[in-house]
Amino acid sequence: MEYFLTEPQKTIKNLARRIAEERILPVRAELDEKEQFPWDIMKDLAKSDMFRVFVPEQYEGLGGGCLDLCLVVEELSRVCSGVAVSYAASGLGSFSLLEYGSAEQKRKYLPAIASGARLAAFALTEPTAGSDASAIRTTAEKTPGGYVLNGTKQFITNGGEAEIYTVIALTDKTKGARGASAFLVEKDTPGFSFGKKEKKMGIRASSTRELVFRNCTIPTENIIGREGLGFIMTMRILDRSRPGIAAQAVGIAQGALEAAVDYARQRVQFGHPIIAQPVVQNMLADMAIQVEAARALTYAAARMIDGGAKNFTEESAMSKVFASDMAMKVTTDAVQVFGGAGYMRDYPVEKMMRDAKITQIYEGTNEVLRSAIAAELRKRRGRQD
Amino acid sequence: MNITVCLKQVPGTTQVKIDPQTNTLIRQGIKNIVNPLDTYALEEGIRLKERYGGQVTAISMGPPQAEEMLREAISIGADQAVLLCDSAFASADTLATAYTLAQAIKKLKDFDLVICGRQTLDGDTGQVGPELAEMLGLPFVAYVSQIEEIKDGLMRVQRLVEDGHEVIETTLPAVITVVKEINVPRLPSLRGLARARSAQIPAWTAQDLGVDPNMVGRAGSATWVVKIFFPQRVRRAEILPGSAEAQVDSLISKLKEGRLI
Repeated sequence: MEYFLTEPQKTIKNLARRIAEERILPVRAELDEKEQFPWDIMKDLAKSDMFRVFVPEQYEGLGGGCLDLCLVVEELSRVCSGVAVSYAASGLGSFSLLEYGSAEQKRKYLPAIASGARLAAFALTEPTAGSDASAIRTTAEKTPGGYVLNGTKQFITNGGEAEIYTVIALTDKTKGARGASAFLVEKDTPGFSFGKKEKKMGIRASSTRELVFRNCTIPTENIIGREGLGFIMTMRILDRSRPGIAAQAVGIAQGALEAAVDYARQRVQFGHPIIAQPVVQNMLADMAIQVEAARALTYAAARMIDGGAKNFTEESAMSKVFASDMAMKVTTDAVQVFGGAGYMRDYPVEKMMRDAKITQIYEGTNEVLRSAIAAELRKRRGRQD
Repeated sequence: MNITVCLKQVPGTTQVKIDPQTNTLIRQGIKNIVNPLDTYALEEGIRLKERYGGQVTAISMGPPQAEEMLREAISIGADQAVLLCDSAFASADTLATAYTLAQAIKKLKDFDLVICGRQTLDGDTGQVGPELAEMLGLPFVAYVSQIEEIKDGLMRVQRLVEDGHEVIETTLPAVITVVKEINVPRLPSLRGLARARSAQIPAWTAQDLGVDPNMVGRAGSATWVVKIFFPQRVRRAEILPGSAEAQVDSLISKLKEGRLI
């Protein structure tokens, strides 16, 4: 479908595709097998200015918006979403700064994120706080020498590899969610270490790790925004980043669709390529329809955000839920088109199916997001009464 | 450290057809690419710029469509580019090509190093680099696989030879040709692509260069392609009869006969 992207957007999309095909495709199976963080590819992405896409021009970025970031994530995910999420997580890790950071914080950190010299990460989840983000226990105690962090973050994408972390911690335990604040913590700060590296079902090239804070003192000026705003900032940041997960899902599904069409064209059974079978044609057509519908919704949500809309919780959640459910369905069908071969690790579709699953889970499970969408519906109807 | 990199646009396939009239390649309908080895030359030039500062100039002699390749060179990191484009340059052999490039490089004046790919995918001669050095009157090192250091007007390089490598020190300015072992070429960058879109790429003609028309193009060539043909594949085989021992004996005597052993 023609989405009338701008010339710069087309350039971004084409170059991201070229990097994916020339640099990621040859190594994606190996990265998946070895659960190896793709540093070489991160450097290629950096050299090609991909980390500049989401950073404003005044901080050495290219000033792109949500849609520009989505285009990169989609193209990388089409080949390997393990690589794509490592890239996207640096974007998520910098959103706190972009949206709420002081001019000084932006000047200090954004140019290095834009050049790709330093990766960023966002740390919210804890063993006791998944969908219920208000249940976090990590504390940040204000002392004369700065804030002292204590606690453990879990399942942190880019954990151990990133150098700049946005960490959500409680500055006032008595206030619950209203007592949360956001902090910038640099790797190698004393008292900040990394725990277990997770072994995952999919997106195995990416790093997912525990962050451990034991009396970790950070300067007072490392707070982002004000005390007590951590939770509301987090909700806003995730609203902004969710179309990126949708784009990841669209990319994975696009890759699976293309692989399925190629395979169906060359796999001969009963004397003909299986693409001649109406039952296979129906499957492929349904896959294509779903991918395009998800892409349209994703781009629409991203454009709404870029257009300056104030509240986009609902639309952003819709794009993420729809695209991730779609990706799970389409990748499962792609394995089905491949038959027994699809179940084997020699072919790429089983990886795509494993990779797709996480998109239904992270940055808000589809269940919690459906609740949020329903809450908006109810609120809107309530206002009309 | 100012670096000039010579690039050539070549057909992006080995399946080319030959025009029986002119004995040249039929280029219509074939996607052109940067000669693969020249991409290593460009990458090395950009890396030297990153290490030592300075500017990278990409230069090519070719038809107007070679401008597209020079834009790509800018998107990858060249600071500027020059196209040598004139119908008088057409059908040049390596000598006339090197002469034309040499005149243009002299016109660029400020340069410390000229880098070329080892050879092109189409012509495959590997002659332009050394001829260029000769015409510029500069030291030349072929098959460079690593640039170790540049200091005090001297450059230390490793060059690939058949059974290992040689370390060579040369004064600058100099001309080198590089092999693919030297680096891994990078892809374009978004800022580079934006720069490339708006870059002015001058096209210098024979007149701009002030060259002797008898020294360029077909007129300036010392060699002409008389005929291009695909070699006929002839298979000759002889089946040696007899027992295994008899076969070995007759094989050995035949090899001796042919003075192969």
